[in-house]
Amino acid sequence: MSDVSLTVNGKRVSGSAEDRTLLVHFLREHLGLTGTHVGCDTSQCGACVVHVDGRAVKSCTMLAVQASGSTIVTIEGLADGAELHPVQAAFKEHHGLQCGFCTPGMIMTATDMIARHPEGLDEATVRAELEGNICRCTGYHNIVKAILAASETMAKGAKGKAKQAA
Amino acid sequence: MYSVNYHRASSVADAAKLLKNGDAKLLSGGMTLIPAMKTRLAAPSDLVDVSRLKDLQGVKVSGKTVTIGAATTHYDVSADANLKKACPALAQMASLIGDPAVRYKGTIGGSIANNDPAADYPAALLALGATIITNKREIAADKFFKGLFETALKEGEIVTAVSFTAPAKAAYQKFRNPASRYAIVGVFVTKGKDGVRAAVTGAGEDGVFRSKEVEAALAKSFDASALDGLKVPAKGLMSDLHASADYRANLIAVMAKRAVTAANA
Repeated sequence: MSDVSLTVNGKRVSGSAEDRTLLVHFLREHLGLTGTHVGCDTSQCGACVVHVDGRAVKSCTMLAVQASGSTIVTIEGLADGAELHPVQAAFKEHHGLQCGFCTPGMIMTATDMIARHPEGLDEATVRAELEGNICRCTGYHNIVKAILAASETMAKGAKGKAKQAA
Repeated sequence: MYSVNYHRASSVADAAKLLKNGDAKLLSGGMTLIPAMKTRLAAPSDLVDVSRLKDLQGVKVSGKTVTIGAATTHYDVSADANLKKACPALAQMASLIGDPAVRYKGTIGGSIANNDPAADYPAALLALGATIITNKREIAADKFFKGLFETALKEGEIVTAVSFTAPAKAAYQKFRNPASRYAIVGVFVTKGKDGVRAAVTGAGEDGVFRSKEVEAALAKSFDASALDGLKVPAKGLMSDLHASADYRANLIAVMAKRAVTAANA
């Protein structure tokens, strides 16, 4: 057993877990954050993607104790109160989900992708970057549309803020 | 996963000490080791995490000399601005490993110490004539990769960095399995001051190897046309449900051609 201390969605949390406990199970079972899903459990499908120290990683392929000391954002931490994060809003607007199981991972991957491409995204890049996220409903078309739309909204938002600051 | 004891090393020396615990294994990005533990293919008693050691992280470029810390992630290699200038082929290769989430965690040291026969880095380091630096010694890539999942590393030895001289020209091309995305054949070619080197991953029964045929043809002329009609022997190549040895032999010539074209572009 080890002590695991994390900052999850802005809150400091700690608990005791077996060293073999995966981060995804710690989030779901110890912290009750069940938005992060276990899909394939073999690091292929990406339903378990969360941000660890600002990077989108697969929480089914990381031990909770490995993450101890890190800052984590899960799907529950994206919205600002009742206001959806722009990526969440775009998935809603563009119907970027069918059964919804892969959606938390898709959205966490998409926010990371958009942050890494401040120059903007094109369809080919989005599709290539979604390599590690599988939608079993095969609804990629609207997922890609949603990510492209969110990328534009967020770029405009960033420009707006820059103007305000100036 | 079987029960395991996790340790976070405070230094390379500390990691070496912790490795003496039972059947301990080093943990870096964990992109291979943790899945292997989940399926119980690996069952170390202890894990020694070296991924947070600052000494093992980062890409340094000094003139033509490139040194990459063992715990540098694939993402950090792929995004390094200095490396992109000195040896863009390696940065490009790193951007083709796994998927973005895997690239954020997986490391160069972990990849080469594991020496998966379909991993990308072994081909790159062999073609670059790199030196693998451990906590005990320096090992030439030609002597480091020994066979399937086998390296020259001794018990308790820790890879700390890899180093190489950036070649004048280099490129990597791989033909991926459409499902696993691992290389069925990957070819890394370089043209440096010591001549042409071409290393092949994904195909050899004994893991990564240098293709004599490709190197001999390219030594005459470092041009895709030099590989026209090249026959690579199928002997010693893997045959499995993904591809036969003959198919892989043909792919080596095709990927080598594409790599040379890319290196000359």
